[in-house]
Amino acid sequence: MGFLEIRSVEKAFGENKVLKGVDLTVNEHEVICLIGASGSGKSTLLRCINGLETIDAGGIVVDGRPVTQDWAELDVLRSFVGIVFQSFNLFPHMTVLENVLLGPRRVLKLSNEDALARAEPLLNRIGLWEKRDEYPDRLSGGQQQRVAIVRALAMQPKLMLLDEVTSALDPELVFEVLDMIRELVAEGMTMLLATHEMSFAKESATRVCFLHQGQILEEGPPEQIFTEPKNPRTAEFLKRVIAAGRM
Amino acid sequence: MTSGPVDAPPKPEAHGDLTMDPYATAAWGFAIGSLVVPILIPAIVALVLARKARRRIAAIGSPWTGKDRAVRAQRLGNIGVFVGTIVLLALFCSLYRTGLDSVRKTFFNWDVIKDSFPEVLRAFWFNVKLFMAAEFFVLIWALIVAVLRGLPGPLSAPVRWLMIAYVDIFRGLPALVTIYLVGFGLSIARLPGLENLSLFWRGVIALTLVYGAYVAEVYRSGIDGVHWSQTAAARSLGLSYGQTLRFVVIPQGVRRIIPPLLNDFIGLQKDTALVSTIGLFEGFRQASVYAGNHFNPSSVTAVGICFVAITIPLARFTDYLIDRDQKRMRAGG
Repeated sequence: MGFLEIRSVEKAFGENKVLKGVDLTVNEHEVICLIGASGSGKSTLLRCINGLETIDAGGIVVDGRPVTQDWAELDVLRSFVGIVFQSFNLFPHMTVLENVLLGPRRVLKLSNEDALARAEPLLNRIGLWEKRDEYPDRLSGGQQQRVAIVRALAMQPKLMLLDEVTSALDPELVFEVLDMIRELVAEGMTMLLATHEMSFAKESATRVCFLHQGQILEEGPPEQIFTEPKNPRTAEFLKRVIAAGRM
Repeated sequence: MTSGPVDAPPKPEAHGDLTMDPYATAAWGFAIGSLVVPILIPAIVALVLARKARRRIAAIGSPWTGKDRAVRAQRLGNIGVFVGTIVLLALFCSLYRTGLDSVRKTFFNWDVIKDSFPEVLRAFWFNVKLFMAAEFFVLIWALIVAVLRGLPGPLSAPVRWLMIAYVDIFRGLPALVTIYLVGFGLSIARLPGLENLSLFWRGVIALTLVYGAYVAEVYRSGIDGVHWSQTAAARSLGLSYGQTLRFVVIPQGVRRIIPPLLNDFIGLQKDTALVSTIGLFEGFRQASVYAGNHFNPSSVTAVGICFVAITIPLARFTDYLIDRDQKRMRAGG
């Protein structure tokens, strides 16, 4: 059994069925890229995994335990499943350092020193330790997103969910965030990413899943998906991505 | 003014002559007419014409074509309105001099103000104590109400209803009614523990109940105004509902509600005058007693000055706080 098991998950917002029976297994140290057009259900799937959305049918199991709507259980689950959002969502009233320290101190109940001992090397690694007392709005988008990733990493998660983390960034800032994610891949972090960065998916993913209208139509190693997709819809999607110059 | 002083009043000239004789009224009408007609009406006509001319789209040539008249008319109109207003104001003052003089002597009698000020100020200190205590409790109580009202889940429904009922009732009740009920009601009801409460604390309780309901709604708007993605980010770090409120939502929400909060606090400060009705000898009561004794309301003007004087520095201080906060958090500040 994988670290993350998703079994025939369904989710609708009113009449709009966003997920129509999604099955996926993620093993430890795997990097899974979810690709597909906007509205195909990638973000919703990620949000269901850490309980930000409730599922209508099916089941999700993380590390042997089903994801429920029990608040106390969800709080525990979220403490080891990190999520990073497209829009960063840093806390604007806190400095960079306060953003990173909040989770370790309040959720993991670490002492200030222990929490600092986690935050400092992480911020140093992204070269933003000097900016620790700045407020997020004073940083560039790329810097903000790297701080958001560090904020999630400070919880020492077992699984990272990345929801189109480069989509809101100026093109020249994308690489610094992708570089950081590549480092995480090299360290063996288990990750599930929704992404439009096809070249990143090609080089880093263990598996690529193509989502279309709430279903995983095709799943396989990147070499196969990108060179000889079996499903005609996958081929069509990739053709459009190439036409847009995104691969 | 109905019962004028029969005997020699202390300051008979203070009343002035507030009724105008027919000649004055005629002069008035003539003055306004002779000003409004030649200055203000052409000015307004000029502005309307300018508007029309600006709207006219030149079919050929540059967009500037034919707009010179519009520009000139606009300029003339602006000047006309300015000059007209000034002249009108000056004329009003000179014609109504007797009236203004009377206003000055009645409401701004310097001797009365100077004479009553020490007493009024001493009594006003009571208002200050009253609103400082009430503001302190309002800040806490209203936050509790707002948080309880927003609690999620079916189990918290009774608490939510209770808080909604509280806000509905105390926002609807006139402050005077609440103050009366708390001020007099508490001594009649003989509630255990509350029967010997001093009038001061009854005033504080009444004002806290009234303004707690308003401020709770202000807090709620602040809390609701924080984008849900902030909650999502906090919850996905594993922070509990309470922690999310405490560390992420409330600190951001409170920053946005400082201006409306200040509004309610100014209202509260003014309404401390209402506790005079339950027998508290505060600034307004003191001033009105003085006014009655000396038959001149300038002492009430004095307490009015006190009320205004404390709100202005408060408003400037709040502006400064907001400004500093924004400079710190916004880019390029």
